Amino acid sequence: MAPDAGPAVASAALPATRPAPWRTAGWLTLPLVVLAAILALLILGRPLERLTEGAPPVEQVTVERTRLDPGLITLSVRADGSQPVRIAQVQVDGAYRSFTIDPPGPVDRLGTARITIPYPWVDGEAHQIVLVTSTGVTFEHAIEVARATPRWDVPTLWLLATVGLLLGVAPVATGLLAYPGLAALSAAGLRFVLAVTVGLLGYLFLDTLGEGLEQAGGTLDRLRAQAAVWVTMLISAGALTMIGRRGGRAPEGAALAAFIALGIGLHNLGEGLAVGAAIAAGEAALATFLVIGFTIHNVSEGFGIAAPLVGRRPRPLTFVGLAALAGLPAVPGVWIGAQAVSPFWVAICLGIGAGAILQVILEVLALIARRDGPSALTAPSSLGGIGAGLAVMYLTALFV
Amino acid sequence: MLTVPKRRLLLSAGAAAGAVAAPAGAGFAIRSAIGANHAAPASGHGGPHGVSGMAGDNIVVGVVDHARNGFDPHAILTDWDVGTVVTDPDGTRVREWVVTAVDTEVEIAPEVMFPAWTFDGRIPGPTLRCTEGEKLRIIFQNGSAHPHTMHFHGIHSWRMDGVPYAGLAQPGERFVYEFEAKPFGCHLYHCHALPLKRHIHKGMYGAFIVDPDPARHPEARGAAESRLLGSARNAAWQEIMLCMNGFDTNFDEENEVYAVNTVAFAYQQRPIRVERQRRLRIYLINITEFDPINSFHLHGNFFDYYDHGTTLTPTLRTVDTIMQCQGQRGILEIDWSEHEPGIYMFHAHQSEFAELGWMSHFEVV
Repeated sequence: MAPDAGPAVASAALPATRPAPWRTAGWLTLPLVVLAAILALLILGRPLERLTEGAPPVEQVTVERTRLDPGLITLSVRADGSQPVRIAQVQVDGAYRSFTIDPPGPVDRLGTARITIPYPWVDGEAHQIVLVTSTGVTFEHAIEVARATPRWDVPTLWLLATVGLLLGVAPVATGLLAYPGLAALSAAGLRFVLAVTVGLLGYLFLDTLGEGLEQAGGTLDRLRAQAAVWVTMLISAGALTMIGRRGGRAPEGAALAAFIALGIGLHNLGEGLAVGAAIAAGEAALATFLVIGFTIHNVSEGFGIAAPLVGRRPRPLTFVGLAALAGLPAVPGVWIGAQAVSPFWVAICLGIGAGAILQVILEVLALIARRDGPSALTAPSSLGGIGAGLAVMYLTALFV
Repeated sequence: MLTVPKRRLLLSAGAAAGAVAAPAGAGFAIRSAIGANHAAPASGHGGPHGVSGMAGDNIVVGVVDHARNGFDPHAILTDWDVGTVVTDPDGTRVREWVVTAVDTEVEIAPEVMFPAWTFDGRIPGPTLRCTEGEKLRIIFQNGSAHPHTMHFHGIHSWRMDGVPYAGLAQPGERFVYEFEAKPFGCHLYHCHALPLKRHIHKGMYGAFIVDPDPARHPEARGAAESRLLGSARNAAWQEIMLCMNGFDTNFDEENEVYAVNTVAFAYQQRPIRVERQRRLRIYLINITEFDPINSFHLHGNFFDYYDHGTTLTPTLRTVDTIMQCQGQRGILEIDWSEHEPGIYMFHAHQSEFAELGWMSHFEVV
């Protein structure tokens, strides 16, 4: 609150003749002093005591990660509430089981702990876990299909990396092969291709943001993860725009292609997380379909990256770099996703990705406007191209 | 699916028997159990963990602070409350108790606190025990923040029934119940204030045992005497009271914890000691809320059963499992004299209840 209040007061009080700097500083710190006094009153004076005394404790627990090793279930939990939460007992499949909690004792507000439960879980079957707190409140967690969490060893990493390369790098590189064809297009044809790029980026933006918000929904309320997704999206869009235009000029050509590749790369990181999580969640049977689907879906991303390069005579190495930038993030995505990471950090990651995509959408639109005038944005070829891009992405998404 | 825990039990019971019994017999038990199981990691379940290791990993973690609770489930097994006998001004001999309703927190499983309503601060409430034909007076004081009653299962007037229209005590008030002890048997009392489900599952119940008067049963005098607390024949018996109950800790109308005498796994963590030379009589009561029935299943032995305890000949002979609906109760008589000393399991034969706390052991010595 204080940082917002400070500048507001300062701008309102800005006089024609500047007062002494110490006076300005004094006025700026006044809200902070008042805030501190209010907090001190609340904490020391306890004016709300009559409201809170005798009120039952509020408890919240979410399971952020589940790890299955042979004969062992490990949960990472995060707690919230009006006081630290003590996980008193653990049921697995409707039976009390021995367990250990690390660190021992109650879990602080927003704190985390690891619960280790020796349990003969059955490969391919479902298991239900209930955490019972000291007040008798229960928190349920379902393991829908039990599969051993992939180990962090070289053969597994290599296998998962192959998945990442197939769904990230391969389709983007394939799409970039269209460059010579794009280069032969007329000016109107190129505008259409750029508009298609906007359309497909628009789809990726919505998809990434939606996924981020969905992940955010699985976290503790007080982390305000959905707001965090919007905020990180806007900040990353703003920051990348600022970086892109730091020379005073909008990015074009290879630079714009690189920014598009970066945005798409962050999106593919998200797709990698989804595929990795699907494998970890026992949906490995779907892995082939997922990879086929994402491969078809992601070929159009290559077109989008190639479009700003038309007429720029890029070097072959540039294409390699762009393909890597856009496709390789899928590899760590799959690795991390298979280890089941905290949904909060996945949501933040997707927020950043959505912001990066928003930035390139704006830059490609700006490019069209600069080339052909602002009215070109609403020309039928532009709107048709945007529509075509959205439609292609939606239709190919049906393969996933 | 059932074979795995049974094998595990066999194996660990054998190992535990080795710890408490003559080595020769126990050695055989261990060998045969291991042979049946092809189990190399015998030490994982048996010996080193002693009695507590027998449950495998189906346990609660930690121990309940019985001192803080103010009652110990092992003491509740045998703490018959015979009240005091007073003589009224008109010369009538009356057996009298003072019972107080108290709101308190009870640790029903390690670290799990339940906001309970109780009789005398314990669950189950005091085990009131008397003899057929006596005049009884129960002075019920309500120290709780809610209206309560004591509804006795027995033969009495509607005025003494302990229901909302007869015998309700408001907070701070009291009610005196008076009736004759009849019929003999294993009975119970519970609060019958409304809403009934809430008042029962919060913990307001207890055992009410009426011993037969041998003089009234010349045809089965010996059997009647063996039930009469304090008689010479009764001293040849071991008697315990088991009250099957459950706790809905999150108030979703399903029990999170099942037990006998309230504390989950109490007699698994520390078995009930039984001497082979004396027969065992169990006063068994089911007051479990929300579930239609509960049951009692004994391992390695069979027993005779007297439904409601109102007969002196068994209503069921040679059974190892009986079931009771809510409020039903009965007497079990078990002979261990031919048995090898060791650990014998007993539990609800609803596996769900067993694994959620209603799992116990006898240690036969």
